[in-house]
Amino acid sequence: MVPMSYFVGLSALLFAIGAAGVLLRRNVIVIFMSIEIMLNAVNLAFVALGRRLGSMDGQVIVFFVMTVAAAEAAVGLAIIISIFRNRETVNADELNLMRW
Amino acid sequence: MLIDLLIEAIKAIVVVVMVLNLAGVLLWFERKGSALIQDRIGANRAAITGFGKRMGLPNLGLVNTLIADPLKLFTKEDFVPDGADKFLHALAPFLALFPVIITFAVVPFGDVVQIGSRTITLQAANINAAALYVLATIGIGVYGVALGGWSSNNRWALLGGIRASAQMISYEIGLGLAIIAVVMTYGTLDLQEMCRAQGGVWFGFLPRWGICLQPVAFLMLLVAGMAESKRVPFDLPEGESELVAGYFTEYSGGKQAVFMMTDFAEIVLVAVLITVFFFGGWQVPWLYRDGFHFPGGAHLALPQLLVAILGLVSFMIKTVLFCWLQILIRWTLPRFRYDQLMRLGWKGLVPLGLANIVVTAIVVVLTSGAR
Amino acid sequence: MTPGVFMFLATLAVISALGTVAQRNPVHCLLSLVATLLTLAVIFIGLDAVTVGFLQAIVYAGAIMVLFLFVIWLLNLQTELRSAPGYLAVKAISGLLCAALVAELFLLLRHAPTAGGAQAAAPPGYGSLDMLATTLFADYLVAFEITSVLLLAAIVGAVALARREPSRRGVSAQAMAAGAAAASSERGA
Repeated sequence: MVPMSYFVGLSALLFAIGAAGVLLRRNVIVIFMSIEIMLNAVNLAFVALGRRLGSMDGQVIVFFVMTVAAAEAAVGLAIIISIFRNRETVNADELNLMRW
Repeated sequence: MLIDLLIEAIKAIVVVVMVLNLAGVLLWFERKGSALIQDRIGANRAAITGFGKRMGLPNLGLVNTLIADPLKLFTKEDFVPDGADKFLHALAPFLALFPVIITFAVVPFGDVVQIGSRTITLQAANINAAALYVLATIGIGVYGVALGGWSSNNRWALLGGIRASAQMISYEIGLGLAIIAVVMTYGTLDLQEMCRAQGGVWFGFLPRWGICLQPVAFLMLLVAGMAESKRVPFDLPEGESELVAGYFTEYSGGKQAVFMMTDFAEIVLVAVLITVFFFGGWQVPWLYRDGFHFPGGAHLALPQLLVAILGLVSFMIKTVLFCWLQILIRWTLPRFRYDQLMRLGWKGLVPLGLANIVVTAIVVVLTSGAR
Repeated sequence: MTPGVFMFLATLAVISALGTVAQRNPVHCLLSLVATLLTLAVIFIGLDAVTVGFLQAIVYAGAIMVLFLFVIWLLNLQTELRSAPGYLAVKAISGLLCAALVAELFLLLRHAPTAGGAQAAAPPGYGSLDMLATTLFADYLVAFEITSVLLLAAIVGAVALARREPSRRGVSAQAMAAGAAAASSERGA
């Protein structure tokens, strides 16, 4: 049988990969995808720990996280489309209107 | 242990081979059937031995469709357009075919078969959340089409790919709502259980098939299924008179053959889903596991193997019937305009599906007492 | 789930995630992300969370990622050039921070009391649609209703942000992308 710590370890690794993507990539869409990786890593941790405790709460929370991720993806991508229409770029370095 | 594995492997291989063969036979159905409908002859030239011609028999075009055309397609030069994404161009047809074929793993094509002391369920994989699995694989099928259109580096192919994927995701919702209504009626997600629940009779003579319980869902599944497989009247993404060939314009040879096979495998898939959900799957009217029990009271006892074979044959007949229905619809109706298509999907199927679910829920609660 | 199967799936998930983060063509990143999501769906099913696993494949991999794909096409994003020179300090510090994150999480795991240990037997019906729906509608009803309002707000917001002024004839790609946004939000419902 696979100990639970393996699943949570995988979740930690995926979360770190997602965080690396957010910090290192410049393309806004790829940053968004890395955020999705982080959300999925957290989902995995919830499911694994819910299974460990024999409770359905973990899966219900995953259900809500998925729904909120869908809503957030829709609105976030709409914002990116608006930004692209105004600034003609999706490079995060060039979206610096509010920098000093 | 090894025998079990072998039986599972045989079932899986048989299912895949049956589906691909049926797709090929459907191709022939389509050519000759469309010829019949359009009052012409169709393919009737290719022959290998010339035996039929010497005997004066009409040439049915079987050699033409089943041997000559596939041979031609697979030996054609396979070119990739300049500037196209080679990896995705090669991957897309298989990404489209794969989800359609693996959906057949959960389809029950018969009841149990007793061989010696072993009871074998005639279903390649017994998942008890099979309806969700079907929805998942249909959802994954969008990628092959979308990437096929985009990776061709051709703006009309891209337009066909965008239209196709937008159409597919819109009608997935209608499909899902129809399946939800059926799941609510039977109270289970398992397809084999749904088929078993459609045995028995009402009022002593009417077979307990799903079409009597969910006629609206049947129509929704038929419409949404045909839109998912991008058949006429929903074939604007393929737009044969508008977009050259839509998302598979730049495909030739073997890859085009794979896309065509996907088209026909999806016809079989929709027919199979309609059969399983609404027409009793492998159920023959008045046939139970020990033989026929006719309404008048007559009982005809049959060996178990014969009952299983009868179930299998009835499943095949119903599937072929619904494949024929889809071919008939294709060659009869003109094509929808794109906004009409979208309007039907969003403003027609979705409210209808939701209303159907509400009515089904009310009826289920009222007829099952307090739970 | 045997350790061998888990190792295979975990390796697949990590490689796909690295592919998402490292590739230069946005569509390739997207496909790697879809592979990650499907691998995670299989892991969920292996953890007896059958319904959530299939929902992950239907909603996340089947709808949300198609939305991403539409937006990538709409913006016509090309393959990026090799990363711009400079920013070396930023990259080094980011790399170090992520490595520190991984180390910290692993250390925490070593000492966490509930995370270790083998799996207990699951209660019957665990992870089935029945049990998920019962828990959802009995214990979490208010959250469920609020989520539906959230999805409505997201649909309206996405369409309002993304559409052009209605001066173009016919169905535009923008309208289709907005429609895709609405589709994936409805899926999430």
